[in-house]
Amino acid sequence: MTRVSRFQPRPEGALHLTLDGAPLRAHPGDSLAAALLAHSGAASRTTGRNTPRTAFCMMGVCFDCLVEVDGQPNVQACMTEVRDGMAVRRQMGLRKLGAADV
Amino acid sequence: MSDADLIIIGAGPAGMAAAVTAAQGGLRVLMLDEQPRAGGQIYRNVGNGKARAWLGKDYAAGKVLVTVLDHPNIRIEFGAMVWRVETGPRVIWSQGGISHISTAAHLLLAGGAQERPMPFAGWTLPGVMPAGAAQILMKTAGLLPRDAVLAGSGPLLYLIAAQMIDADAPPKALVETQTRAMLLRALPHLPRALMALPVLVKGLGLLQKISAAGVQRYTGAAAFLAAQTDSGDIAFSFTAGGRRQQLETPLLLTHQGVIPATHISRAAGIGHRWNDRQQAFEPITGPWGRTDKAQIHIAGDGAGIGGADAAQATGTLAALDILHLSGRISEDNRDQRSTAPRAALTRARALRPFLDTAYAPLPEFLAPTGDTIICRCEEITAADIRQSVDEGANGPRQVKTATRAGMGPCQGRMCEVTTRGILAACGAPPGPARARSPIKPITLGELATLQEPVL
Repeated sequence: MTRVSRFQPRPEGALHLTLDGAPLRAHPGDSLAAALLAHSGAASRTTGRNTPRTAFCMMGVCFDCLVEVDGQPNVQACMTEVRDGMAVRRQMGLRKLGAADV
Repeated sequence: MSDADLIIIGAGPAGMAAAVTAAQGGLRVLMLDEQPRAGGQIYRNVGNGKARAWLGKDYAAGKVLVTVLDHPNIRIEFGAMVWRVETGPRVIWSQGGISHISTAAHLLLAGGAQERPMPFAGWTLPGVMPAGAAQILMKTAGLLPRDAVLAGSGPLLYLIAAQMIDADAPPKALVETQTRAMLLRALPHLPRALMALPVLVKGLGLLQKISAAGVQRYTGAAAFLAAQTDSGDIAFSFTAGGRRQQLETPLLLTHQGVIPATHISRAAGIGHRWNDRQQAFEPITGPWGRTDKAQIHIAGDGAGIGGADAAQATGTLAALDILHLSGRISEDNRDQRSTAPRAALTRARALRPFLDTAYAPLPEFLAPTGDTIICRCEEITAADIRQSVDEGANGPRQVKTATRAGMGPCQGRMCEVTTRGILAACGAPPGPARARSPIKPITLGELATLQEPVL
């Protein structure tokens, strides 16, 4: 689902990331959650019951912003600063363990 | 192997004030904070040098606190997630996937507050967010809400509305839950609140700004409901003035005050009590921030909500006490130096009874009913929790066992206070829920990087 951001447009950021393979631009110092919210108003994850969620508390409390970053699932996007080249995937359905978790 | 004389968890106003006082008094301080920069939530990102004048003078003032942390006795670790605290004291924290153990003679918990979860039907939808979260996006990313509706109550809501107006992103409407009756109940606290006159005047200034900007305002609002429109916007409906109202907005920003973040203090085994006026659990602390665990102090909003000025004062007081307990200053010296922070604390706290009463959270958010989701992680509803109570659950642990509420990755941070509210509404007000380490989810890999056993 594509949906325009729920926030006012910002100048295009200098950093190049990908979201599910598509380009995602961000500013240095952005949290990944901020970059995702600036990019789109659509869900960045779904729950085990397939309901849509986006980043919520922005301070590491609620864990609604979990996404996959460079192959590692369950990363708190609000606690992660963007890096050039970061490959981000939306996390659909129930949380799964990643290779580094076991 | 002591890493420092004092470990401070949290680099907000309380932690920063304590660090400076302790460091200047000769103690080696280790500060741990989850964020990439000092400031806490109130002064989040303040040292980053970006000119965002619309955040206001009070925010910019936090820069001084951050600057003085540059002291040879202070070592700060950012991106440091504390996941276990032991008496001793010993702190176990993880940074970049690697766990570390730090010990010190003294520990100060300055973890601050979190926004009070405000559950109503539809609060999990994309497009519904806490107002404080939107403010963090403004501070850290310069991201401005578009045609947002602010809903709830409390001074922070006015501040955010004013900041949005100054940033040329005015809210579409301000929907306030406080009623005339609540304001009348708060009136007896007004004379005491006059001690904090400058803050009151500032609050009136915010209201004036909101009114001058022509923001549509509703008061006495209740029966919140959010649904998604076909375009993905939020259809927000509520009752105000005896009528059902509906507003459509891309972004509904809600707020019902803040509550102490107590996972660390509870997991450390420190005693807690229910604060009825603030509708939250808080650790039991003495006049210097001492707890029932030797060598562990607590300062700032994590010990009870008082705001940034109170946090700074309690941070200084705790550090003075720790300097005294460390043999660096005499009791007399500690007491003398406490006069100014004590006076600041009294002034800051004078306002709380008025604010807490006038802007109290509505019962519908404290003890919801029906299909409203309470535990966001596990998607457990108010009806699920009420049913477990009907079937005999009489405390937070039984509710958790029966329903899974609180078993997700947030470990109850988003549902515990509401579960408590429902239990209380059902006639069984419980004590604080247990919190256990690891108090934030860690991977087995992070655990395996430890050089010695901890669990």
